[in-house]
Amino acid sequence: MAKIGVFICHCGENIAAKVDCTKLAAAMGEHPGVAVSVEYKYFCSDPGQESVKKAIRDNNLSGIVIAACSPRMHEATFRKACAEAGLNPYLCEIANIREQCSWVHTDKDMATAKAADIVRSMVEKVKRNNILQPIEVPVTRRALVIGGGIAGLQAALDIANAGQEVVLVEREPSLGGHMAQLSETFPTLDCSQCIMTPRMVETAQHPNIRLLTYAEIESVDGYIGNFKVRVRMKARYVDMNTCTGCGDCSTKCPVKKISSEFDCGLGKRTAIYTPFAQSVPNMPVIDKANCIYFKNGKCKMCQKSCQINAINFDMQDEFIDLEIGAIVVATGFQIQNTALYGEYGYGKFPDVITGLQFERLASASGPTAGKILRPSDGKEPETVVFIQCAGSRDPSKGVRYCSKICCMYTAKHAMLYAHKMHDGKANIFYMDIRAAGKGYDEFTRRAIEEDEASYIRGRVSKLWLENGKMMVRGVDTLLGKPVTVVADMVVLATAMVPQPNAKEFAKTIGIAYDEYGFYNEAHLKLRPVESSTAGVFLAGACQSPKDIPDSISQASATASKVLALFSKEKLEREPVIAINNEATCAGCWGCVLACPYNAIEKKDIRDRSGKLIKQVAYVNPGLCQGCGTCVTFCRSNSLDLAGFTEKQIFAEVMGL
Amino acid sequence: MSEPFEPKIVAFVCTYCTYAGADLAGTSRLKYAPNVRIVRLPCTGRISPMFILKALQKGADGVLVSGCHPGDCHFTHGNYHARRRWMVFRALLDFTGIPPERVMFSWISAAEGSKFADLINSVTEDIRKLGPFDQYQELIKETESPATL
Repeated sequence: MAKIGVFICHCGENIAAKVDCTKLAAAMGEHPGVAVSVEYKYFCSDPGQESVKKAIRDNNLSGIVIAACSPRMHEATFRKACAEAGLNPYLCEIANIREQCSWVHTDKDMATAKAADIVRSMVEKVKRNNILQPIEVPVTRRALVIGGGIAGLQAALDIANAGQEVVLVEREPSLGGHMAQLSETFPTLDCSQCIMTPRMVETAQHPNIRLLTYAEIESVDGYIGNFKVRVRMKARYVDMNTCTGCGDCSTKCPVKKISSEFDCGLGKRTAIYTPFAQSVPNMPVIDKANCIYFKNGKCKMCQKSCQINAINFDMQDEFIDLEIGAIVVATGFQIQNTALYGEYGYGKFPDVITGLQFERLASASGPTAGKILRPSDGKEPETVVFIQCAGSRDPSKGVRYCSKICCMYTAKHAMLYAHKMHDGKANIFYMDIRAAGKGYDEFTRRAIEEDEASYIRGRVSKLWLENGKMMVRGVDTLLGKPVTVVADMVVLATAMVPQPNAKEFAKTIGIAYDEYGFYNEAHLKLRPVESSTAGVFLAGACQSPKDIPDSISQASATASKVLALFSKEKLEREPVIAINNEATCAGCWGCVLACPYNAIEKKDIRDRSGKLIKQVAYVNPGLCQGCGTCVTFCRSNSLDLAGFTEKQIFAEVMGL
Repeated sequence: MSEPFEPKIVAFVCTYCTYAGADLAGTSRLKYAPNVRIVRLPCTGRISPMFILKALQKGADGVLVSGCHPGDCHFTHGNYHARRRWMVFRALLDFTGIPPERVMFSWISAAEGSKFADLINSVTEDIRKLGPFDQYQELIKETESPATL
């Protein structure tokens, strides 16, 4: 027989003014199963809690209902009090008669009647509460960082410097990401490679970091603290252990005219190559698609030139299995293909380039050794037109969002151009100048005032060739007139969009993404670096367009989240999870479809001889977040949600 | 003239959005009709149509289901499941002869305390206009009366 204690709190006058607590306590005392029903001014106070504990011990109560403020206020307080009195904390329920009764109603009789209904329904619920224990999950103290751009490096270094193990996986042959491609960075104009490459080296040499380049994530299983990750090491055809990075092989390679990815097509590379001079690790890979040997079985020039026999054409992809406790996703972005804008002539006119291509032209290590030369004839452009929002903030053809970095880098490009070409003229078509950030607005002002960039507020409608010059037709909305500007080179501030395979990759790791393919945070404001999956964190531009300072801040934030997770040997979680009755489960897998967390696995039921009898659903307690969607889906009523069982809810409804 | 009919309404809400919105209405001391009784659940995805039918069977004159706005679900898409289920369930209600107007569906976020108060007032008014839900009561009385030999 249930022995329930009902404790009605006055909350000073907050409840007592509108609810007749004495009458309520008396009425509840009559309710079947209620052993104690008392009222008190402040149950949350020390003496109040003591009186609750005493009542539990003296009457050997089997459950309690605290009729007071919202459970969001004091549920934890009273559960703790329960535990101290020797009662399982999950046998405590809160009846919310303040926020949802006394504070919102004026008529005392009606409010008292409503309070009685609320308390009664909670009494009925608590009678059916089960003893629950917090879920303990062990933690593997090893982090996986996916992506070797600036965000990934920062996260990896922060975690490793705190003494924890890190595995860093990079898809490309070298670390660096987009930041390594940049010439100089706003708002300080310091050289990107000068600040990036030391970090790359530090990462590669760090004793706590295991670096896997030219590698991709094959699969991710498991849950927070206990992920099982399989990594595919793509065949480099170069033995990493023996190669010294001398570069003889690339010099001898006869295929020399492959468009370089790192130089955004402005430079050329060989079939055996390192992406750029400062690559980390500084070891080449063979581009199988372009290699003569892989095409027709002849050549092997690189193998012949290699004095230490590091080249091995028989190398195969290998798999590495890792046990991981937390994952940081820092997979970055790509720039949108601007060829979809016919009016800007990208792809049609060689001198229409993207902002990233301009970075390569301006970079001292770029294809022109830092000289701004136009791609068509290698001449110095006397006038350059920059077109901002070439894809961003355009719901009709591009993307709806603002790419955030373009206003700043366009101002930077105009400055770099002015510094290198003193009598050059930079014209910038813009919609708005969005320069929010430390030193950012000052920077754009400098571009206008000191480096005399001419800003034209308006959009470009057309671009054509006339006497070997490009004519850019647009509108100046401040003058209210159409304008035509002559240009030797046009630079498009293209939109930042997710990586091409971002959505498939999200499915591999089991995280949520938005309509574009950017990864969703658990809460835009309160949990901006956590993904929807526990133990998976997000850093950098894979979440949304970000500049370098923002990416680094977010990466450090993920590191602190990972370290907090690793500070304990075991994780404790609320035991509100779905539980399956394997005896009645028919294995229809409706629950698998419903579960947003991939928490439901198929479990084999075998007889003594090992013969498979049936497959049933098994809810992984580490992954289940306790939403209960699967419970409602379950056709055979096998699944139930601890803490909110069918019985409890029905009893609660019946009690109303 | 008799006293105005005071309907009894049961609300099934999720703890992350609408329950928090109802708390906010309280902390903001907004006043609304005292006819609604709230049942708190982790997510609207947890709400079984059986809960709604049970509430109506036990004497509720109306039922309100409310959760996070589409896209805001704490559990990523429990509310979408609830919405789909609701579309099917409404047809079932119609089929069984329960006026679908007695069951309402809405989205209220944790920040929308005043929307919650307004909603409760309008729902109470709507149900008051529909009058007591007694179709079932007759049937229950008939079917639950003991058989005599």
